[in-house]
Amino acid sequence: MADFLLAAAGFVLATVAVGLVRILRGPGDDDRIMAAQLLGTGGIAVLLLLAAAMSVPAAVDVALILAVLAAFITVAFAKGAARSEADRA
Amino acid sequence: MSLALDALTILAVSAGAFFFLAGTVGLLRFPDALSRLHTLTKADNLGLGLIVLGLLLQVEGPFAALKLIAVWLLTLLAGATVAQLIARTARPGGRPV
Repeated sequence: MADFLLAAAGFVLATVAVGLVRILRGPGDDDRIMAAQLLGTGGIAVLLLLAAAMSVPAAVDVALILAVLAAFITVAFAKGAARSEADRA
Repeated sequence: MSLALDALTILAVSAGAFFFLAGTVGLLRFPDALSRLHTLTKADNLGLGLIVLGLLLQVEGPFAALKLIAVWLLTLLAGATVAQLIARTARPGGRPV
């Protein structure tokens, strides 16, 4: 079972890493923040899988913190986008 | 019994990993920002949800299970909020926050 969970963690990590190509390609800032958001959620999934596979229960706490912080990134981005829009107007 | 639980875990975690793959493919292949946002929320909610569901069958004790559910609920809440915020900035002529 541990081997399967470890393999699943590796697979999710690989797909999320491929998704980071979107940060390079853009074209908009919102596309880039979406790739970062996917990395955040994928990171949570990988941490949960690793916690179960290697029996490190503390990794679940790390995932919990990542779940909170990943949301803050995007909220900060949206606030910043609104501000630069107001500056332009 | 434990064999059946293991089989269910493998099924759910595989389905979750598939949704992460689908989310990545959609993020790379879809033509505009709003449809890319659509695949992102699928990966967030279903991918992580199915992985949490699979792992719930493996935990010992109700406290660890509650913590896993808390992670998923928090991600659902954050994902829904964040999708709204990104959609407002992505839509042409969208009202800023």
